[in-house]
Amino acid sequence: MSTATEQATTPAPAPQQQTVTFKILRFNPDEDTAPHWQEFQVDVYPTDRVLDALTMIKGEQDGSLTFRRSCGHGICGSDAMRINGRNRLACKTLIKDLNAKKPITVEAIKGLPQEKDLVVDMEPFFQAYREVMPFLITSGHDPSKERIQSIAEREVFDDTTKCIMCAACTTSCPVFWSDGQYFGPQAIVGAHRFIFDSRDEGAATRLEILNSKEGVWRCRTTFNCTEACPRGIQITKAIQEVKRAVINS
Amino acid sequence: MQIHEYDVVIVGAGGAGMRAALESSKRAHTAVLTKLYPTRSHTGAAQGGMCAALANVEEDNWEWHTFDTIKGGDYLVDQDAAEIMAKEAIDAVIDLENMGLPFNRTPEGKIDQRRFGGHTRNHGEAAVRRACYAADRTGHMILQTLYQNCIKQDVEFYNEFYVLDLLLDESEGEPRAAGVVAYELATGEIHVFSAKSVIFASGGFGKVFKTTSNAHTLTGDGMAIVYRKGLPLEDMEFYQFHPTGLAGLGVLLTEGARGEGGILRNESGERFMERYAPTIKDLAPRDMVSRAMLQEVREGRGAGPNKDYVYLDLTHLPAEQIEAKLPDITEFARTYLGVDPISELVPVFPTAHYAMGGIPTNNDTEVLRNNEDIVPGLYAAGECACVSVHGANRLGTNSLLDINVFGKRAGVAAAEYANNAKHAPLPEDPAKFVEDMVAKLRDGATGPSVTASGPNTGTDAGAEAEGTERIADIRKAMQETMDMNAQVYRTEETLTQALADIKELQERYTRATIQDKGQRYNTDLLEAIELGFLLELAELLVIGALNRKESRGGHAREDYQTRDDENFMSHTMAYRQPGETEIKLDTKPVIVTRYQPMERKY
Repeated sequence: MSTATEQATTPAPAPQQQTVTFKILRFNPDEDTAPHWQEFQVDVYPTDRVLDALTMIKGEQDGSLTFRRSCGHGICGSDAMRINGRNRLACKTLIKDLNAKKPITVEAIKGLPQEKDLVVDMEPFFQAYREVMPFLITSGHDPSKERIQSIAEREVFDDTTKCIMCAACTTSCPVFWSDGQYFGPQAIVGAHRFIFDSRDEGAATRLEILNSKEGVWRCRTTFNCTEACPRGIQITKAIQEVKRAVINS
Repeated sequence: MQIHEYDVVIVGAGGAGMRAALESSKRAHTAVLTKLYPTRSHTGAAQGGMCAALANVEEDNWEWHTFDTIKGGDYLVDQDAAEIMAKEAIDAVIDLENMGLPFNRTPEGKIDQRRFGGHTRNHGEAAVRRACYAADRTGHMILQTLYQNCIKQDVEFYNEFYVLDLLLDESEGEPRAAGVVAYELATGEIHVFSAKSVIFASGGFGKVFKTTSNAHTLTGDGMAIVYRKGLPLEDMEFYQFHPTGLAGLGVLLTEGARGEGGILRNESGERFMERYAPTIKDLAPRDMVSRAMLQEVREGRGAGPNKDYVYLDLTHLPAEQIEAKLPDITEFARTYLGVDPISELVPVFPTAHYAMGGIPTNNDTEVLRNNEDIVPGLYAAGECACVSVHGANRLGTNSLLDINVFGKRAGVAAAEYANNAKHAPLPEDPAKFVEDMVAKLRDGATGPSVTASGPNTGTDAGAEAEGTERIADIRKAMQETMDMNAQVYRTEETLTQALADIKELQERYTRATIQDKGQRYNTDLLEAIELGFLLELAELLVIGALNRKESRGGHAREDYQTRDDENFMSHTMAYRQPGETEIKLDTKPVIVTRYQPMERKY
């Protein structure tokens, strides 16, 4: 503990504000015929989040800049966007993690209809999730106490319970870009969470759904989804586990 | 304008709203209106756990839980309500497990439990393991599980529908619920929902403060809407500051970190909570810990270059325990402060967290229009409501419990009422209030629309609207004065300053305008409306705090440092009639059943 104290109490050099250029892909279908880039300059600290910069731009420069956000710290899944060409959460991406000497590009996630600026229509995404029956399926009456589940049984599906449905994975998937009918990584993650839950009895139905034309076999294991996931879920691995379960079912 | 008709309309899709929907939609035609997608709600940010006396790992019973809740709330808790909550907690946890919630497990496969602030064995003897949890993402799991079950039950959601007005029918004398008016964010269209029952489950208003664990969207909409109808709000001066926000940012680090053995230390490494709460130390209730942290900083024992925070120390815990039980907060510290809790001390400082007050209800979640009478058909549950189970200071985990217990009660009660009632007639021009509000903010501008500026015109588009007040400026000024003057410690002087600032900001707000004049996804408009709500609630908080010349729970007056049961052991009820500026304060007796007020020591 003593070393930690020394480490933590050494005064850090005061962080410097810097002027950073944001290049944002704007689009309002009511006024624009096509999306267009617009640049904004904003003074930020290296530890500021991209979301902080967007909030400053909206508050101080252009109130019409439109994006979704809520919790501000990577839990609610509202602000997935394409930052410097990669899907990330704006509230979990700090300026210091980007090359701020060059303009930082921000655009809507791809593959879902762009509604306005950074806002897309999330409905097709949630529809795919609903279709995999993402809820506990059991038979008979609920017990009056908790169902017993061992620590090891609980561990099997722990990773996929972390999903916040931000769509960063699904909208980074080249298969999804070219075929919007594909369930996409998130829906498979949502199914995985129940298929491997020892309390659940609906795996066969879900595996049948995911064995369809637009199911797991469309996955080409490009790992884009795993790289994009802000929760660090091993998505490609989860999809492989579902594929194996389909084969063994 | 579209008109819809439902038996029950629920405003908000966080924990309380969705728990209500699961009950209501089984019994009556139900719609859930939510300004966010349901899974974005801030219930998902709750971390540490949900208490229930399951006694899975050690002896416990719900009577102890009741007592802890009352003592934690500094005897401003309505004791019959606390008893209901502690008793029904057990079923509430089992319900969630049966719905699929992946709780952490004991070696026997039962729901595991851990320690949490203020939860004790046998009336304060020692900390007890009462919090059921799923790592440090219990709220996330609750929100997901409730949403998944709403999908299973085919609950009808109106996503990104922002409710802006409550419709009351007074044609038969006393007011009763008639419906709500909502603004559809995607299109700008206004929708009227006629309903027999209306449940508000719209959350808190942490964005009146600058440093807060709350989401950007927590702007007290439901509370302000009800208040604007001349209905009272209760105990608004009681606001909780969570001890362990990431210093400078306010991002929440769960109390579960201390439940797992984490220790607060000042600059010299001293475990200072031993001096403030000798028995349960770091697991004292949040109000006490927050005050202790401020005290350390004020007396020069703060850490860091500006000596303005203290440390949360987890370094003595095994790395595996931290990774398994506290993975999310570990990541927050790494991401936002670049500090690794496994080997380093984490800078923390209190952050605005939870409103104990809100829309007054009885134990069946029926909304009160005075100390005795209800508004038939109107319900409230969760953070926007005040039952009151939290009194002057909420215990950790009791919010997740509150939303489940009282969310369920609201869903049942609202549906049962609807099944025996007729739709109340709608007012003549039901959407007028909302149409006027939207029009004033959208069209009040002096400058032309910036959205018409076409491709890339540079960085100064906002200059066109010069001469008007900016929403972001007013919001920032409000948050700064609230942090400065109405936070953990308050005095007559600071509160008077806050009130003067808020009055001035309210005046500036009447001249505010927005730049986005469009119909589609107009979040500029949304933020302007939210600010109007926040300014009303900030004023109420400060007025209640000025009036309460004592220190109790989360309300600490430096000029009145002790609890004054003789004059102030009562709830505050604040009213303002529509169109008037004067706020009337009244009191409501606290319901005491078996626990007489005692000195609060831990």
